[in-house]
Amino acid sequence: MPPNSSNPNNPQHPLIKALTDLGHRLEPSKVKIMEVCGTHTVTAQQVGLHSLLPENIRLISGPGCPVCVTPAGYIDQAVYLATEHNVHISSYGDMLRVPGVKSSLEDARRRGAQISVIYTVNEALNTARQNPDQTTVFLGIGFETTTPPTAYALQTAKKEGLTNFKVLAAHKTIIPAMEALLTDSELSIDGFLAPGHVSVIIGSNAYNFIAEKHLRPCVVTGFDGEQMMMGIVRILMQLVENQPKIENVYPSRVTTTGNPHAQKIIADTFTPADSAWRGLGVIPLSGMKIRPEFAQFDAHQAFNLDEPDDHEPSGCRCADVLKGMILPNECPLFAKTCTPTTPVGACMVSREGSCSVYYKYAKAGVPT
Amino acid sequence: MTDEIKMAHGGGGVLMQELITRQIIPTLGAAGSSELSDSAKIDLPGVSLAFTTDSFVVWPLIFPGGDIGRIAVCGTVNDLAARGAKPLALSLSLIIEEGFPLEILRKILTSVAQAADEAEVKVVTGDTKVVEKGSAHGLFINTSGVGLMRQDIDFTFERIVTGDVIIINGPIGDHGIAVMSIREGISFASSVKSDVAPLSEMVARVIDKCGAAVKCMKDPTRGGLAANVNEMAQNVGFVLDQQAIPIRPEVEGACDLLGLDPLTVANEGKMILIVSPDAAVQVLKILQGHPLGQGAAIIGYADDKKGLVRMKTTIGGERIIEIPYGQELPRIC
Repeated sequence: MPPNSSNPNNPQHPLIKALTDLGHRLEPSKVKIMEVCGTHTVTAQQVGLHSLLPENIRLISGPGCPVCVTPAGYIDQAVYLATEHNVHISSYGDMLRVPGVKSSLEDARRRGAQISVIYTVNEALNTARQNPDQTTVFLGIGFETTTPPTAYALQTAKKEGLTNFKVLAAHKTIIPAMEALLTDSELSIDGFLAPGHVSVIIGSNAYNFIAEKHLRPCVVTGFDGEQMMMGIVRILMQLVENQPKIENVYPSRVTTTGNPHAQKIIADTFTPADSAWRGLGVIPLSGMKIRPEFAQFDAHQAFNLDEPDDHEPSGCRCADVLKGMILPNECPLFAKTCTPTTPVGACMVSREGSCSVYYKYAKAGVPT
Repeated sequence: MTDEIKMAHGGGGVLMQELITRQIIPTLGAAGSSELSDSAKIDLPGVSLAFTTDSFVVWPLIFPGGDIGRIAVCGTVNDLAARGAKPLALSLSLIIEEGFPLEILRKILTSVAQAADEAEVKVVTGDTKVVEKGSAHGLFINTSGVGLMRQDIDFTFERIVTGDVIIINGPIGDHGIAVMSIREGISFASSVKSDVAPLSEMVARVIDKCGAAVKCMKDPTRGGLAANVNEMAQNVGFVLDQQAIPIRPEVEGACDLLGLDPLTVANEGKMILIVSPDAAVQVLKILQGHPLGQGAAIIGYADDKKGLVRMKTTIGGERIIEIPYGQELPRIC
């Protein structure tokens, strides 16, 4: 098979052409666009989006991957509960390999702790129902997309009187984090790709402050390569025209005001609280704390746990990577002590983290 | 490497390779072999044999499209076939847990017999052990196999050159998703059946007709297409074409839901064939004319970027296909 007859890069694809043209028009400026969603990071990697962007346009991954932003101390708390209190930990798969300060959940499981990977919170509820003599702790992490199921689980547990079910909650909301990034004077992000699924819940109006107060473009996009390219094209057009606004290229799912039912179940069960982000420190009102009405299902209360600390390993510059201030290879640990098989910082832990992705592409000699 | 074995050491990824190359081979020293293909070659006067062994610990024991008995035969037969060998004889070792129902054992042994029949191979020796309840997951099986190799060609990685074409005999990921659909209760994937099948006869048809134009073969079991194409990229690189890789929509949907990459999901009835470009169409036609190769497709080619596997994506981008770390974990985001 002649190489070119397989699916070649198609320079005539209208979106690729638009990206190239807009990249030229913005020269010599270098444009940094940030996506703040783990699924966008994965999609960009899976479709090879970085390889299609003009040289002066860079897509960076902000603090949108729940695995990357959950503080190391939280992992230690979960391991402590599993090993010292003999609880059954139910977790989404992503968390298993994330290193805490002392160990990871995967290490703890190897030493005999009961830790199961689940796909839906119903499985955690079932574990609690089937094992009434043991406490099941569900690790509630993630953004507005995973918070409603956790809220549902808390409400179900309360309704059923399922007192051996607890939630170790570390849910976060994305807007305060974006605001914190935008008010950081050292930071220069030229535009944001907003995550489609979080936006389904919170609505596109939630981003209005980005254009109104911070004069940056922001485009809500879905999760395939073309949606993301479309989002980047819209951002570049706004930059060319110097007219920042909020646009939505995912209108089939995302409305301006979001999903009121999901917002209500979150508000009924959780209340905003200050929260520590791995690498970024404490961001005011960026976390979701379980309401006092559900205190008996709150693992923090039941086991007297404090807010988890964030311990960034010495020399690790994940925070600067997450803010887009340095490239991964500018961190002194990158590719030396910190590699995908022996990760030190959060951005190398998740296979979709900025450093992990950069490591692969740097190895291949492909520009990022 | 940590000082304990993790589950991920058995996942067919980077960790398993490290275990083999840094622990097992150096410790065996002169008593071992450094050759790491699916089957070893044993040269005797006037004849070369392929020899392989495999242990089967799949759970659940019975799944859509097959069971542990069928896999135990096919896995070993396919390892022989990947070296172009005609399977001659198998051994069958059973490690059975106390309390295991005889009725299920009979069903699994019937599958062994059927699969051996399909592969035209005899089970000539075996062993039976019973262990205490709780020390095996019901039943573990080990099979070893001996096959007769061609004298004129040895299908090894060194024969691959730039421009060679990658062909696969059908859609990827069926086995892994069939097993996971039972384990995880994913109802919409319940129509997916494991592809577990003995490929020796199909492979023989190809190499009888095309001979040395077939450079090398590999059955992409654990670690899926991603790990196995990477293992073949010793002297060349490979470029895969996402659009051309056959995959069932149900498998793609289940992977999406579970947060898995279909390229890393296991197959039990697939063979990757690397062939010279001028024979590609002929190989494809032979495969497509065989019941186990109807969905065969050309999915990429070899180039000179040694050790590097890339994929042209459907939107025209390029991504690197890595060897998975170990066991793939599902993602939430």
